[in-house]
Amino acid sequence: MLNEQTVSRENEPGQPSMGPTLKPVQPSTQGKPVNTNEDAGHELSIRVRDLNLWYGANQALKNVNIDVYQHNVTALIGPSGCGKSTFLRCLNRMNDLIRSVKIEGLVEMDGRDVNDPRMDEIALRRRVGMVFQKPNPFPKSIYENIAYAPRMHDLVSRKAEQDELVEQALRDAGLWNEVKDKLAEPGTSLSGGQQQRLCIARAIAVKPDVILMDEPTSALDPISTATIEDLMDKLKQQFTIVTVTHNMQQAARVADYTAFFHLGELIEYNDTRMMFSNPHTKKAEDYITGRYG
Amino acid sequence: MSQSFDEITAQLKRRHRKTARLKWLSMGALALAATFLVVFISDMLVKGLPAFQQAQIQVEVTYSEQSQQMPPAAVNEDVRRLVSRGFLRTLPMRMRDNPDLMGTTRMEWVLADSAVDQYLKGHHTRLKDDQKSIVDDLLAKGQVELKFNTRFFTAGDSKMPELAGIASAAMGTVMTLIVTMLVCFPIGVMTAVYLEEFATDNWLTQVIEININNLAAVPSILFGLLGLAIYINFFGVPRSTPLVGGLTLALMTLPVIIIATRTALRSVPDTIRQAAFGVGCSRWQVVRDHVLPLSFPGILTGSIIGLAQAMGETAPLIIIGMVAFIPDVSASFSDAATVMPAQIFTWAGEPDRAFTEKTAGGILVLLVVLISLNATAVWMRKKFERRW
Amino acid sequence: MPTNQVYLLFSAVLIALGLAAFFLARVRASHLRAHGTTMVAQPDQYAWFSVLSTAGPALLVAALGAFVLLLLGADIPTLYLLGASLVVAVVGLLVGLSQVRPDFHARQAIEKVIRGVLAAAAMVSIVTTLGILISIVFEAVRFFQMQSFWEFVTGTTWAPGNSFLAAAGRADEGASAAQFGSVPLFAGTFLITLIAMLVAIPIGLMAAIYMAEFAPIRVRTLAKPVLEVLAGIPTVVYGFFAAITVAPIIVDVAGFFGLDASFNNALAPGIVMGIMIIPFISSLSDDVINAVPDSMREGSLALGMTKAETITSVVLPAAIPGIISASLLAVSRALGETMIVVMAAGMRPNLTANPLEDMTTVTVRIVAALTGDQEFESAETLSAFALGLVLFVVTLVLNMVSVIMIRRFREKYRSNDL
Repeated sequence: MLNEQTVSRENEPGQPSMGPTLKPVQPSTQGKPVNTNEDAGHELSIRVRDLNLWYGANQALKNVNIDVYQHNVTALIGPSGCGKSTFLRCLNRMNDLIRSVKIEGLVEMDGRDVNDPRMDEIALRRRVGMVFQKPNPFPKSIYENIAYAPRMHDLVSRKAEQDELVEQALRDAGLWNEVKDKLAEPGTSLSGGQQQRLCIARAIAVKPDVILMDEPTSALDPISTATIEDLMDKLKQQFTIVTVTHNMQQAARVADYTAFFHLGELIEYNDTRMMFSNPHTKKAEDYITGRYG
Repeated sequence: MSQSFDEITAQLKRRHRKTARLKWLSMGALALAATFLVVFISDMLVKGLPAFQQAQIQVEVTYSEQSQQMPPAAVNEDVRRLVSRGFLRTLPMRMRDNPDLMGTTRMEWVLADSAVDQYLKGHHTRLKDDQKSIVDDLLAKGQVELKFNTRFFTAGDSKMPELAGIASAAMGTVMTLIVTMLVCFPIGVMTAVYLEEFATDNWLTQVIEININNLAAVPSILFGLLGLAIYINFFGVPRSTPLVGGLTLALMTLPVIIIATRTALRSVPDTIRQAAFGVGCSRWQVVRDHVLPLSFPGILTGSIIGLAQAMGETAPLIIIGMVAFIPDVSASFSDAATVMPAQIFTWAGEPDRAFTEKTAGGILVLLVVLISLNATAVWMRKKFERRW
Repeated sequence: MPTNQVYLLFSAVLIALGLAAFFLARVRASHLRAHGTTMVAQPDQYAWFSVLSTAGPALLVAALGAFVLLLLGADIPTLYLLGASLVVAVVGLLVGLSQVRPDFHARQAIEKVIRGVLAAAAMVSIVTTLGILISIVFEAVRFFQMQSFWEFVTGTTWAPGNSFLAAAGRADEGASAAQFGSVPLFAGTFLITLIAMLVAIPIGLMAAIYMAEFAPIRVRTLAKPVLEVLAGIPTVVYGFFAAITVAPIIVDVAGFFGLDASFNNALAPGIVMGIMIIPFISSLSDDVINAVPDSMREGSLALGMTKAETITSVVLPAAIPGIISASLLAVSRALGETMIVVMAAGMRPNLTANPLEDMTTVTVRIVAALTGDQEFESAETLSAFALGLVLFVVTLVLNMVSVIMIRRFREKYRSNDL
C-alpha cells in the first residue's frame, strides 16, 4: 500500500491541472476540470486524487478526484451501492476497521496524506468527525455522551469548563433547550431526531475541522430532518461538512457543492445550483430527473 | 483554530500506550488460560502415561500338588514377594482349567507386584533394600521389564493396583449412557419440536421454556438427590445400577438436547415451512418430511455434546451409589455398576501411590474419548453447516 | 414363565396387532377408494390412525397399571395387566378399522394425537423440576421436624456425627447431641466460590476482550476450541488435579513464605474451580461483546478515541448487563460444583476466612451425608436435603436474575444470537 501511494504521489506533478487551487470539477468524463464556481476564495479542506478502493477483489471506488472546501456543505449523491458512503469513510479512515480493504491514491488534509502510515488515524479522526446514518448515542447519560470525548482529548481540565463545553455543544446542535433539565438521563431515552442531534453535538464537542455525515436523516421523520438540515446550514460557519444523502431534494436544499457518484466513479462534481439546473453529464441528468436511482 | 496533526499526535502517545497495554494484558489472559490447559494436560500425561505400562517378572513356576494347595509355593522364595499376589491367587484355577500343567515347571512372564512396578518407575516403594537388589539383578538379566499393560483395559477394579483396570467402569459408562440416550434423546427432540413447531405462545409454553433454562442451570448434584429420593426410594429402582444412573443423567442431559434441537430447528428458514404448507402438507408432515431432516445434523451434534457432558458427570452418580467396587464387568442394566468418572473418583481416594497413576491413566482414557466426541461434534457442525 | 419372556411376548403381540391394524386399514381404504368412493384422507393415513388407535390406548393402560402398581402398591398381577392391555389393543384395532370411512379425517386425527404426544414430552421437563423440588422439600421438611430450622440457619457448629445413634433410638449413648448449624458450610462455600470468581472473572473477561476486539481471525479460530476443551474436562478430573497437583504446590509456596497451609486448603479447589469456569465466562462474555453493535464502536472511534478507550468506555459499559449475567451464572455453577471440593477441600466444617486452612462446603456435606452408612431416616442423611434445598433456591434465584438481565440486554440491542 505504501508503494502504491508513493507512486500516485509521484504522479502528481504530471497532472498540473489538479493543483491545489482546483475548483469543483467534473473529472474523468472529459479529462479536464471545469471551473463552475463563481464564489472563489474558499480554502481547500481535503484534496483527493486518484482514489481507488477495493473490498477484496471488488473495486468500490475508481479514480476519484475531488476537492472539498472549508465552511461549505458538500453533498455526495448517487444510487445505492455507488460508493458514496465508502468514499466518505475514506476521509477519516473508518475503512481501516474493515479487514480486506485496500486503498490507493491520495487523500490530503492540511498538507498531509491521511493514508500515510505515519499518520495517526486517531489524530485524523480527532479533526474529521463523523455522524452516522442511525443515531448511535453511547449507553451513557446525555451529559456523558458529550463530555466523554473532550475529556479523553484533554480539551477540558476543570469541571466548570466541561459543563460549559457540554452546554455549548448542545446549544450549537440546537438541543440545549430540550435536554437541559435531564442531562443525567441516558442518551437512548431521547427521540430519534434528538438522538441524532446529540450525536452531532458529540461530534462538534471535540472541535473538529470537518464533520462527515453519512445519511444523517435517513432514519428520521420529516420534522427532525428539517431541524437537522437547518443545523447543517448553521454549522458550516464553524465546520466543513461533507454529507452523504440518498435524498436529492436534501442535497439541493443544504449543499453548496454536490458530487454525483455512480458505480464507484465520481461522475460529476459541481456547484449545487448548477448540478440541479444544468448538469454537465448525461448520467447525472438522468439520475436527477429520476431515470434511475 | 484547531490543533495540527503533529500537536495531536504528540498528545496521543500516552493514550496509544494504554491500548497496547490492554491488548497485551488481554492476550496474556488468553495465554494464561491456554497455559493452564497445557500444564494440566502435561501433568496428566506425566502422571498417567506410566499406567499403560506394568512391570512383569520372569520366574520359574512350579505346577505341583503343593502349589495347588498353597499357591505361593509355586515360585521361588526369594522372588515370591515380587510376584503379584493376584497371579498366585488365580494359580489353582488355572491348574484346574489346564490339567496338562500339573507336574511341570516352566519359566513364565508373570505380573509383578505393584511395589516392583513402582520401583521400576522410580517411585518410592515399600520394597526392602534386599528386595530392591534382587529386582536390580533381575533387571540386569532382563528378567524384569515394563510391558504394555493390557490388563488396564481388560480388567475390572481391584484392591491390588497391578490388577486394577477400567473395563468394568467403561462398560458401566456405556450401559448407563445407552439408558440416558434412549430416554432423553426422544423426549428432548419431541419437546423441542413441540416448542418450536407446534406450541402456541401461551403461559404454559413460557413456563416450559423458563423451566428448561432453569433446569440447565440446576447444580448436577441435585439431580442425584432427585434420583435417590424418587427413583430409588419411591419407585424402588435398584441402587448403583446403570438403569438408575442412566435415568438420572437423562434428566440432566434433557435441557442440553432440547436447547440444541431448538437451535437446529430454528436455523431451518421459514420459507421451507411455508413452501411445504403451500403444497398442502399438515404441520406434522412439514416437520417430519422437511424440518427434521434438515435440522438432523444439528440435533445430532447437540446430542453428542450432551452425551459427552453426561459421560463426564460424577456427582449425581455418587449420590445414587455408582461408586461401587465392581471387580467384574457387569452384564445387566440392573446389576451394580460403576462408571469411568466414578472409578477415577474411587481410585483418587486410594492412598497407594500406584493408584494415583491408575487414576491419571483412567483420566487420560476418559479425556481421549471426550475430546474425540467433542471433535466429532465440531467436525459435524462444520461439515453440515448450511447458510440459508 | 420368567418376567422377561412375558414382556417379550407382550411386545411381540402388540407389534403384530399394530402391523395387522396398518395393513388391514390400508387394504380396506384402498379397496373403498378403488370402488370410486372419494375419501378425505389417504389409505396410509387411515392405516397409521389404526396403528395409533391400537397401540396408544394399550400402552397407556399398561403404563397406568404399572404406575398404580408401583405407587399405590396395588396388587395387580403383571400377567393380568398385560392381558388387559392387549384386550384394549384389540378393541382399538376394531375401532380404528371401523373409522376407515370416507368422511373420517384421519390426517387431522393423527395430527391431534402427535401434538398431544409432543406436548406430553414437553411436560417431562416440568415434571423433572417438580420432582427435584418435591423430593428435596419433602425430605427437608422431615429434617426440620427433627432439627430446629433456626439453629440450621444460624448455628455455627456442624457436628452430625451422632445422629445415627438418635435414629437408632440410642441417643443417650452418644457423647454429645448432633448439631446442624450450617453457617460454616455456607461460609466455606462462599469463600471457595469467591476465590474461583477472582480467578475466573478477570481472566475470562480479558480473554473474551482479546478474542472479540483484538485477536486476528486465526487466533480466534484456534483459541475457541482450546477453551472448549477446558470447558469439556469433567469436574472429577479437575478435582484430581486440584488435590494431587495444585494443593501440594500451594502448601509448598505457603511454606516458603513461612505460612502453614493445610493439604485440604480452600485455595486449591478455589483456583481450579476458577480455571474450570474461565471458558464459561469467556465464551458468554465474548458473545455479549460481539452483540454490542459496531455502530457504538464506530461512534467512539469517529470521535478520535483510541481502541482501549472505546473498549473501556463504550463497549464494556454497553456489555455490562450481559457480563454480570454471565458472572451470576458462573457463581451459580461454582456454588453447586461438587467433585472439585469433594476431592480437594476438607471435610471439617471450619468457620474461617483464611483460605490456607481446610474448610468444607455444602456440596461436600451433601455427598458425605448420603454416602455414609447411615440409615436414610437419620437426621444426617436428611440434612443433605435441607442443604440441597438451600442450594436449589440460591442457584434458581441467581439464574432467574441472570436470565432477566440478559433478556434486557438482548432487547436493548435486538441481537438474536445470544
